[in-house]
Amino acid sequence: MPEALLEAEGLTKRFGGVVASDAIVLAVLPGELHAVIGPNGAGKTSLIGQLAGEIVPDAGHIRFAGRDITALPVWRRSTLGLARSFQITSLFADFTVLDNVALAVQAHVGHSFRFWDKARCAAELRDPAHAALSRVGLGSRAGVIVASLSHGEHRLLEIAMALATRPHMLLLDEPMAGMGPEESARMVGLLRELKRDVTILLIEHDMEAVFALADRITVLVYGRVIATAEPEAIRANAEVRQAYLGDGGLGTGHA
Amino acid sequence: MLLVFEQFLNGLQLGLLLFLLAAGLTLVFGIMDLVNLAHGSLYMLGAYFAATFTTITGSFLVGVVLALAATLLAGMALEVVAMRRLYGRDHLDHVLATFGLILFFNELVRLVWGPEGRNLTLPPWLNSSVEILPGVTYSMYRLSIIVVALLVALALYLVIMRTRLGMLVRAGASNREMTGALGVNINLLYTLVFGVGAALAGLAGLMQAAILTAQIGMGENILILAFVVIIIGGIGSIRGAFIASLLVGLIDTMGRAFLPDLLKAMLSPAAAATVAPALSSMLIYLIMAVVLVVRPEGLFPAARK
Amino acid sequence: MIARRSPGDFVAAALLFVLLALPPYASLAGNPFLLSVFTRIVILAIAAASLNLLMGYGGMVSFGHAAYIGVGGYVVGILAKEGISSGFVQWPLALAVSALFALAVGALSLRTRGVYFIMITLAFAQMIYYVAVGLARYGGDDGLTIYRRSQFGALIDLSNKTAFYYLCLALLAGCTYLIWRLVNSRFGMVIQGARSNDRRMHSIGFPTFRYRLTCFVISGTLCGLAGALLANHTDFVSPAMMHWTRSGDLIVMVVLGGMGTIFGPLIGTVTLLTLEEALPALISLGARPFMGREAARAGEYWQIVLGPLLLLVVLYARGGIAGLLTGPRRA
Repeated sequence: MPEALLEAEGLTKRFGGVVASDAIVLAVLPGELHAVIGPNGAGKTSLIGQLAGEIVPDAGHIRFAGRDITALPVWRRSTLGLARSFQITSLFADFTVLDNVALAVQAHVGHSFRFWDKARCAAELRDPAHAALSRVGLGSRAGVIVASLSHGEHRLLEIAMALATRPHMLLLDEPMAGMGPEESARMVGLLRELKRDVTILLIEHDMEAVFALADRITVLVYGRVIATAEPEAIRANAEVRQAYLGDGGLGTGHA
Repeated sequence: MLLVFEQFLNGLQLGLLLFLLAAGLTLVFGIMDLVNLAHGSLYMLGAYFAATFTTITGSFLVGVVLALAATLLAGMALEVVAMRRLYGRDHLDHVLATFGLILFFNELVRLVWGPEGRNLTLPPWLNSSVEILPGVTYSMYRLSIIVVALLVALALYLVIMRTRLGMLVRAGASNREMTGALGVNINLLYTLVFGVGAALAGLAGLMQAAILTAQIGMGENILILAFVVIIIGGIGSIRGAFIASLLVGLIDTMGRAFLPDLLKAMLSPAAAATVAPALSSMLIYLIMAVVLVVRPEGLFPAARK
Repeated sequence: MIARRSPGDFVAAALLFVLLALPPYASLAGNPFLLSVFTRIVILAIAAASLNLLMGYGGMVSFGHAAYIGVGGYVVGILAKEGISSGFVQWPLALAVSALFALAVGALSLRTRGVYFIMITLAFAQMIYYVAVGLARYGGDDGLTIYRRSQFGALIDLSNKTAFYYLCLALLAGCTYLIWRLVNSRFGMVIQGARSNDRRMHSIGFPTFRYRLTCFVISGTLCGLAGALLANHTDFVSPAMMHWTRSGDLIVMVVLGGMGTIFGPLIGTVTLLTLEEALPALISLGARPFMGREAARAGEYWQIVLGPLLLLVVLYARGGIAGLLTGPRRA
């Protein structure tokens, strides 16, 4: 069994009386697309918050590429190669699409205490940004102000920005949230292509997408991991069916 | 020793006055998310109203009651005319708009009352000394300030914590849409809250007026102290405001009174004389700086949604 | 920078021409007071530009910027009183001390955001104000007269009002250019990104605190330069320079002109200081039919108009004058 790229062990987080994360154990193997599913309130957002570094766990450890990152701040984890996209779109709304991605590139090409040269003219920043945009299919929208984009384009931009940081691993928080069937299908295609180059932890409600893409699935209910296995095993797992999918069988619609 | 006790009481008095001011500010900020720099103007209005009404009616108490009513009305009018257009906007917008209001009010007061200050004369029964401990006398008026302010603080606590109105106020703080959806007239609630905040400021202003006289611009200096109180105590927290006010009042008063002597004991008289006034004024801000380093969210921050 | 010519650019160009042509005009018109007014405008425009960098581009609303004017001014004043008149010593020291103050205040204040940050910068400025009041040796509340302007030897004589004006103008141009380069550089991108969405900045890998603090220090330093200039202009420094209402004035200038635009601070400064002169005159004019000879006194209450005017600007013309001229804001 190859060593996990990202590991969480005993991850626990309480908010007041609510247990958001209950001794979560998770391991994402290099090269795989690992999906995390669970009903609303299962603690998926808290989980990703802790993995990304925005939320400090009450107990437990997180290891990335063998290194304990539990105490590291958000920006430091990004430097190490852990990139994240947001469920509720979080972009630089008054900038252009290209500016957004170029900023992500800039964060990883040395320090930014450079006060004189125009950043918008730096090929070192613009070229990788264009590349990332082309990869997600937003190449033609580079000069558009982000506030004018459609929702689906926002979601793609989220991914482009994460890619621009040259990550070893992507934490994707419901990339398909709010997307129609056509856009979702395109996103699935994109993710299938991305997973060849980068390890992905995918949090999603869209079951069709999850089962189409995932190498392994972890099921979260009330902050606890109730199963981690290959998709078919999960589909067949009685506990999972009961707790999450309901006795009516697998839902295939969007959440 | 007697001097220490007297300064202690003075510090308590300043602290309680600051609390009245800070409570209004923190209520308005906590519930309407509004930064109101013009709060100091309401403090000033309270003082001027009191000076005028006590002169007109010849009675101190009647004058004070009228002044409070007038400030309450002024606050409510201000809310309806100007403040409610600012809800939901950037805090910078609040700062700018209320800064404009400060200029307006200072000029208005100058127009109506003239550039010289106004005196608030106390009736003989307040303008006396009382023996609070054997051999220790204290100004009756300052004592009454302490008593009144404590009563108001208690009343505020009871209303906020124990009544339906207070519950609505707290609910409004944590979930505006829900409270509105429940059929509560949010507009009226906000106007009332703002008005009460104004009245509290006015009360502080008129109480202070007898000691320092009503003056144009008097609100701004104490407003900044009130900000320091809120920063130390934690925004949105009445309890924090109370404790921080007392702390600030005591430290500032006793610091100014005793720091020069303390410094003289440690440094040469010349050095102490140079450093003392500046250091005494700085004391409060230094404390604030320490709090910022140790606990940026304040000592008793309110749990905000 | 998007190279689009807009009405705002024309206004800026026109303004520039006016500023350049002013001294000859003033001497021709026999109105030296005009030169003094415009020197003050230019100096305060530098302060406004420094605040615009911090507020408009950096999203950090400092309500205590007048403190840096005071610090810069007092360094010049104190050194002058102690017999050190050389500008070569005074001015670098003024910049250094301003930078240090900004570093200290910024390091503490930037741990907070939003309204907290506003209040804290206000409080620290007030603290510096009280320190100045307590400096008995240097005049305290009454202030300190400067008997000899900063000396630069054969380079320039600052008591020559025209030469001094052009120096201030050159420095304004220099600062404006510096800020323009700054906001378009990589550093500028980080600052603007942090203003736009600080959370996102962290998640893509930027430790924004150090950059914002640097911006704060740069801003404070430029403001200190304005202070040194102001001290020379008025031959006088006092705590009043640092009163919190001065900080409020600076914020008004920045917003009135158009926050986050390159020429906004200049436009805003000119507008506010012009209003300071024009409003009283206008009010007196308007009051004449009603008050006759007493009308001039009505003009003294001009702030009664300015106050609500600010409120209206906030409610309906938030982008300031530059915003009105160029339409919706671009990045």
